Amino acid sequence: MKKKNLIVLVILAGVTMAIPLGLGNSYYLNVLVFVGIHSLITIGLSLLMGYAGQISLGQAAFFGLGAYTSGILSTKFGVSPWLALLAAIFVTGGIAFLIGAPALKLKGHYLAMATLAFGYIVYIIFNQASSFTGGPSGFGQIPRFRLGNFLFKTDVHYYYLVWILVIVALLISLNITHSRVGRALRSIHAGELTANVMGVNTAKYKIQIFVLSAVYASVAGSLYAHFITFLNPSPFGFHFSIVLVTMVVVGGVASVWGAMIGAALLTILPEYLRAFQDYDILIYGSILLLIMVFLPKGLFVGIFDLVKKRKNRQ
Amino acid sequence: MGSILRIEKLEKSFGGVTAVDGIDFEVNPHQIKALIGPNGAGKTTIFNLISGIYPVTSGTIRFKEQIIDGLKPYIIAEKGISRTFQNVQVFEDMSILENVMLGRHCRTRSGFLAAALNLRKTRAEEKRIREYSLEMLSFVGLEAKRDEAASNLVFQQQKLLEIARALATEPELILLDEPVAGLSVPETDEMVQLIYRIREIGITILLVEHDMGMVMQVSEEVVVLNSGQVIAEGTPRQVQNNEAVITAYLGERETENANYTKS
Repeated sequence: MKKKNLIVLVILAGVTMAIPLGLGNSYYLNVLVFVGIHSLITIGLSLLMGYAGQISLGQAAFFGLGAYTSGILSTKFGVSPWLALLAAIFVTGGIAFLIGAPALKLKGHYLAMATLAFGYIVYIIFNQASSFTGGPSGFGQIPRFRLGNFLFKTDVHYYYLVWILVIVALLISLNITHSRVGRALRSIHAGELTANVMGVNTAKYKIQIFVLSAVYASVAGSLYAHFITFLNPSPFGFHFSIVLVTMVVVGGVASVWGAMIGAALLTILPEYLRAFQDYDILIYGSILLLIMVFLPKGLFVGIFDLVKKRKNRQ
Repeated sequence: MGSILRIEKLEKSFGGVTAVDGIDFEVNPHQIKALIGPNGAGKTTIFNLISGIYPVTSGTIRFKEQIIDGLKPYIIAEKGISRTFQNVQVFEDMSILENVMLGRHCRTRSGFLAAALNLRKTRAEEKRIREYSLEMLSFVGLEAKRDEAASNLVFQQQKLLEIARALATEPELILLDEPVAGLSVPETDEMVQLIYRIREIGITILLVEHDMGMVMQVSEEVVVLNSGQVIAEGTPRQVQNNEAVITAYLGERETENANYTKS
């Protein structure tokens, strides 16, 4: 990892760890827990989309698989939430592997369609397998995380848990992007056939990064399940998959920092726009549109470029 | 030791079109050999068959006596065959050094887990990748530009970058697809010198080229293709005087004269 990234990561860690001191158990902190959960998913998705160049419109399904596996195991089978989180990683990762092996042979729009179809199937299962999932009305009383005698119950507790995992995920992702593996992923994006001829097992790397992105989403799902303690299918539908892709693109697709910025913006923005009541969707849409028109590379790269341009002018 | 590359009864058809129609030839170790022929003769198709991009229709390709047809491109690269492309294929969003470092991929090991944890072993390997790649960059004379984006390079430099990247895979055989196409006369001379230097470090070279002056200067042996078949093989002097070759390139002598007298 480059020094610059490490410095930013340390600053981010410091700032995120200090935030609850100022906010306490407020509504804002609750929103920030969601920013963290969404960031976990988008960091994984940006590795898949921005680095390896593979599109997934089924990421909400992996999020849901993580949440439901964790929720069902801990609620109906008495498995501890930590163990359930771990089991969910294997279940979701395994399903991603089975889906990815054939789907990743497809390219571009076709891969997007395949993952979209997968997302729909999972969504239907959440609705229909009601003896396990509670159907459309869902199920509750999912146990919370516990560490010895310490029970994670407040927003502050979950805030720390979620954001420590976000920072670990960032660290892992930055390490990967600056490694031999990261280079291989980027070469697949730039020219899959050339990468293969130059000695990269492209099929293997595509599956591995697909599974990794699913695992990130699964962890986010488990955190969600044990935080909200209630699950129903609607947060895991097609709409949320699109929101996730939008987060990554708005933030800047080729950067894990951008993925986090996008997750933060698209999670916080709707909360603030509630003040505009019926016009909130209109304003939300306009803001996204303006970002994509004026900063097509996303916020992260876009703002850097603007600063650079201004410096050059002076 | 026998031939490094041996191609036997090689055939490739796309639908009903036969692009390569029963070709046999061999490349000896440390040789510079050229494949020539008019457009559509099947030269690039043969390169794509050797590097595993296309499956062969029939026939065999042996590299160091081992059959390699049917293997995936990345495995063929691991075995020691690398190449450049007719339409230069550098990774444009990556830096020049990163392009070459990608070539080291098949000679290194660190996987996802080692990368994620950034182990000491991984960092040491990354350092070795960087050093080796810098060596390859200076071999082709691009070390000063190592941190620039590959898309910033002019055409000739992109060709050099492709060669550096191919060399980074430590090939025993390198396939150069039109190495001097689009280059000026002095640039062509530099490329010829580079090809000699590649041979000096023990690498066998098979090239496809349309620039006949360059081919005749650099190659020890030439295979002439026409319509997917070998029509001549030998030293540059031998093929230059070969009747079939002259016909393939210039058309029938008699017919030409006949047309001439008519008009």
